[in-house]
Order: sequence, then structure tokens, then C-alpha cells
Amino acid sequence: MRGMRGRAGRGGRRSRLRAGDLVREALAGLLQRPGRSALTALGTVLGVGTFVAILGLTATASSQIDARFNALSATEVTVEDTGGDDADHITNSFPADAPARVGRLHGVEHAGVYWIASPEAASGSPGAGTVTSSPVGDLAAGEDVQVVAATPGVLQAAGPGLAQGRIYDAYHQRNAADVAVIGAGLAERLGILTLETRPAVFIGGRPFTVIGIVDDVDRKEELLLSVTVPSSTAMAHWGGPVRGERARMLISTRLGAATQVARNAATALDPAHPERFKVIPPPDPQMLRGGVSGDLDQLFLLLAGICLVIGTVGIANTTLVAVLERTGEIGLRRALGARARHITAQFLTESAALGLLGGLVGTSIGTLVVVGVAVLRDWTAVIHPLTVVAAPVIGLATGLLAGIHPAWKASRIPPVEALRR
Amino acid sequence: MTPNTAPSCAADGPAEAGGSRPATVVEFDGVGLTYPGPPPVAALRPCSLTVREGEYVAVVGPSGSGKSTFLNIVGLLDRPTEGTYVLDGADTTALPEAELTALRGSLIGFVFQAFHLIPHRTALENVALAMLYSAVPARERVQRARTALEQVGLAHRADSLPSRMSGGERQRAAIARAIVGRPRLLLCDELTGNLDSATAASVLDLLDDLHASGMTLVVITHDPVVAARAARTITIRDGVLSEAVTAGTPTEARRLPEVLG
Ligand SMILES: Nc1ncnc2c1ncn2[C@@H]1O[C@H](COP(=O)(O)OP(=O)(O)O)[C@@H](O)[C@H]1O
Ligand SMILES: [Mg+2]
Repeated sequence: MRGMRGRAGRGGRRSRLRAGDLVREALAGLLQRPGRSALTALGTVLGVGTFVAILGLTATASSQIDARFNALSATEVTVEDTGGDDADHITNSFPADAPARVGRLHGVEHAGVYWIASPEAASGSPGAGTVTSSPVGDLAAGEDVQVVAATPGVLQAAGPGLAQGRIYDAYHQRNAADVAVIGAGLAERLGILTLETRPAVFIGGRPFTVIGIVDDVDRKEELLLSVTVPSSTAMAHWGGPVRGERARMLISTRLGAATQVARNAATALDPAHPERFKVIPPPDPQMLRGGVSGDLDQLFLLLAGICLVIGTVGIANTTLVAVLERTGEIGLRRALGARARHITAQFLTESAALGLLGGLVGTSIGTLVVVGVAVLRDWTAVIHPLTVVAAPVIGLATGLLAGIHPAWKASRIPPVEALRR
Repeated sequence: MTPNTAPSCAADGPAEAGGSRPATVVEFDGVGLTYPGPPPVAALRPCSLTVREGEYVAVVGPSGSGKSTFLNIVGLLDRPTEGTYVLDGADTTALPEAELTALRGSLIGFVFQAFHLIPHRTALENVALAMLYSAVPARERVQRARTALEQVGLAHRADSLPSRMSGGERQRAAIARAIVGRPRLLLCDELTGNLDSATAASVLDLLDDLHASGMTLVVITHDPVVAARAARTITIRDGVLSEAVTAGTPTEARRLPEVLG
């Protein structure tokens, strides 16, 4: 009867290996030698870790640049007065109505002309540029402070944050009023604490009423260390820019308009001689980002690739050694009913699990590096979700790839040969 | 009949007086194996043989005579290069590899000379492994493995690693693994080769128990004591399989050491 059952019931039946059992066997195989498994996965850990760190750092730095770029650089255009061929005899190429001309360009928010005023050169006496807060006494010692002659548009374009008072406007400019706006740091040094007393600064002995103290600007930080007076006032007292110190124009634009403004600014200023101006457009965001993912990153990505290759070779090697060491086990499993494909599956699963584990650890380490660097630099860490998902998959693929050859070899060992060891 | 295909011996189990004979488990018809070489080695000359259910067969012969080759063929680990082998009613020579593997896993239990216990796995895990490829649920595997270990008197060593076990204990663990799947046929190679006589005797007692419970045994041995326990003795010499008519008698078994030299 048993013979009959064997004939009917067992013929055509095939060995089976449940997926859960396969994974369990593979993990047991790896845990047999935890130290070796860890060493084997090291290459993958390094490769995947470097990969995640580089992509994460690049994304983090780019987002940082994007933020800065959007806020400032994208909306700033500077025009320099080169004078062109006439630089020697024309000290100022900007027309008197330069701010108005540029202001008519589409997208311009504020525009103004400024230069470093030269009270000393104008008066010819030393000390004429000394700035003090009092004509006599201790505080009269004064300091050599930069005096900037600027149309009101410059102050507006600079986006000042005012500690006290206000900035001067078209009225002061029109009347060449003796007013000044000074930086907060300078005000402290000069002993000017409040504007309620209507304090004055003396430039070469000439008093200027301080109407505003600036403690912050979006751009043109040097305004914080300067005394800024209306350009018309400076013109009246000391004349225009002297040789060597040429005027510039600062333009703030709406977001996205800067490139277009930069293209048209020179012509708008002087249609007959646009070549007298050098327009500095905002940096191209594409170029900025290109600079970040530049040579160094490619080098590191290459290193990550090399690590992955080393990791693959490492896993392949160790798995092959394991196959040779475990030949007896392979023969035993075949004797117990394992088919060649079950052996293949087991070793492939082992190497894939090794790769996946390496990938997961690598992803964690890479993420920690990105977060650590971001914290140190006071940045916001940015890691693309795709990176986090792709990295362990890369590890898994590495392991699978590494396992193909050893697993195939393992399955090809005839059971009799395997058991002879 | 050419000499090549002619069975060099026609061995059959002792006929039982009257009644129906037990089912045939192993049936060799001109089975032989020649390793291709070069030079070609005729490890097993063509032979015919029948082993019936419940038999206890000892295979004796000098080293290198072809005993393991014979056992590998019986155990479906190796295909014969000639002849027909019918196992439990199925012609194995015609079966594809996958079915042969399944048959091997379900019908046959092996006890190897080298034990082949997996290191870093406990005795229990090693025994449970035998049911891995027949999709027995994990819990049932462990349960049955425990029972098998009890059966061989190794329940107290269930959680020991093979490296911490004595030779006799390893042998018992290997036997537990071989019988846990309830095979029809138990094959043992050099069963007591490395054991001291007391341990060997206890292992042989275990085999006697299995035999008494109805299991079919084919045991390779050098040891006349082992051969004496079997009802039937098959001798292999230079790949030639033979069976004395009085096979299994103490006289035959005692004569063997001189033959082995
Ligand atoms: N793979 C093989 N290739 C060639 N010859 C082999 C191979 N395996 C075994 N043999 C030879 O077959 C003969 C029988 O070997 P074996 O069955 O292992 O003997 P036993 O188990 O009786 O010691 C020996 O001469 C051995 O050298
Ligand atoms: Mg042998």
C-alpha cells in the first residue's frame, strides 16, 4: 500500500522553498559569521554613504544658494562708469537724470547714482574729510570716514533697516540740503545716541543734520560704515567724482527682471554712448548651481562609484569563499531535497541582504553627515527623497550583482562532489 | 545478452514463505556507473538487485571498492550511466532532475560518513532543516525535530552546536535529521567508522529500533559487528556487487575482516 501511495502521490511532485524560509535561511547564513558579514558590507556602506552624503550636501548647498539668489542677487544690477574712450576728460558719464532714465525701464524698482565724495581733494586742505560729531572738544578728534554721495534711489535700492529717523528723499536732493544718513556703528563711535536732539556730523567742519541711522541693509553693506549725503549736496560742496573715483549706479529690480534691465540699462543711460558703462547683471542661477556640483563633487561621486565597485567585488569574493567553505552544506541541502535553483536563491538572497544592509547603514551615515554639516553651517539640510529611496536599492542591486556568479557556481556543484568533502 | 549489460549478480531478498511479499523499494536492473575519466573508472559494474520494504541490508567491501558509489546511486545523488533504477515504483532513470530531487528529499534519509551537520546551527535547527524543502511550516518543523531528537536520545542536546557535541552525539543528530522526514529508505555511509565500540553499539541499537519499526535500511560498513546485525549482507569488490546465498549469516560476516585485509 505504501508503495502505491508513493507511486501515485509522490510522482511529479517538486521540492518547494517558501519565501519566508529562504530569507530566514539567508539571514542565518549571514549571522553565522557576523564579523565577516560586517566587513563584507563595509564597501557598500562606504559607497552608498558617500553617494548619499554628496547628493545631500549638493542639494543642501544648492537650496542655500537658491534662497540667497532669489532674495538678492536676482534683483540687483550694478552699472559702472568706465567712461569708454573718453574716460580721461569726462569724469562722470552718468547724465543728471540717470535715475529717472533707468527708472523707466520695465521691472526697475529703485535706481540711484553714487560715488565716494572727496572733501579733501575739493578743499585742498588736510583734515577737510574728517568727520566729527562736534566742531570742538574731545569728540572733535574725529575719524576718517568714507563719505558717500548718493541720490535717494541708492538708499532705497539698498533696502535699509532704520534704527532711527528716515532716509533723505527727492526734496533734500532737489534742495541740496545739508543732511546725512549714517550707519549705526558709526553713530555709536561718534557718540550719537538719539536723533531727538537733532545732532549733526561735521565733515571738514561743515555741519550736516543727521536725519537717519541705518542699522541694516539688504545690499551695499559699506553704507553701514559711511556717512551718506545727497549727491546734489556733495556736488555743491565738493564737486563730482574726482579722477580715479568714478560714479556707479545701483539698481534694484523686481524678481526675474534683472537680466532684462541689465541688457537695456546702458542704452537707457546714454543712447549715444552705451559703451561708457559696464553693466554687471545678477549671476545666473544655473551657473551657480553648476559651480556647486563642480569638479569636487564629481570627484566624490567617482569615489562613491569606486567604493561601490569595491563593495561589489568584496561581496562577490566573500560569497564565493563562503560557497567554497560551505560546499558540504550545499551537498547536504541537495540531499535533503533542495533543487539547484534553491541553492542559487539562497546565496543570491544572502548577498542581496548583505548589500541591502550595507545600503541601509550607508544611507543612515550619509544622512547623518549631511545633517551634521548643515547644523555646523547653520543651513537647512535638504536630501531629495529619491536619494533616500534609491540608496538602499543601489546597495541591494550591488549585492545581487555580486551574488550572481557565486550563486551560479554554488548551484552547479554536483551533490555527490559536494558531499565528498 | 552482452557481458556489459548482463547483471554481474542477481541478488534478491530472502523470499518469505507464502503470503504476499512486502513492496519493492529499490529495484536495480543492470545498473552500473562508469566515471568518464580519463581513464574511465568502472566504479560500479552493471548489477541487478531488489531491496524490499523493511529490509536491513549491510554493504561491505574494501576501501575504494565502490560502496559509496552504490549508495549515491540508491540515494539518487548520482545517476547510473547504464541500467534502470526503479525506486518505490518510479523509474528514476526517466525522471527529470527536479522530480528526482523531490523524490530524494521525500523518500530517502541520508546519514553521511562526515555527518555534514551545519556548523553554527543547533542540533534542533540541523534536524529541522531536513523538512525545509518540502514546505513544512516552521513551527511543525521544530516540533517534529524535537520528537526526532527524543527518538535518538538527544533531546537534552537540542540547543547544542555540533562543535560542542561528541562523535556519538553528532552521529545521533545526523540520524535524527535523516529520519525526521519519515523516509521510506534510510541510507548510512560508514555508520560507526569513527565511534568507540560502546558508542557504536548504542547507535546500532538505535538502528535496530528503526528497523523494528518497519524502516528499510541500507548501511555501508567496514565493521563485521555492524554487518552481523543486518539480515542481509551485500559485498562489493572492485565495483562488482555480489551476495552470498547465505548472506547475513554470522559465518559470512566474520569472514569479512580477512577479506578486507
Ligand atoms: N568522481 C570520480 N571520478 C573518478 N573516479 C571516482 C570518482 N568518485 C569515485 N571514484 C572512484 O570510484 C571507485 C569507488 O569509489 P567509492 O565508491 O568512493 O569507494 P568506497 O566508498 O567503497 O571506498 C574508487 O576507485 C574511486 O577512486
Ligand atoms: Mg566510501
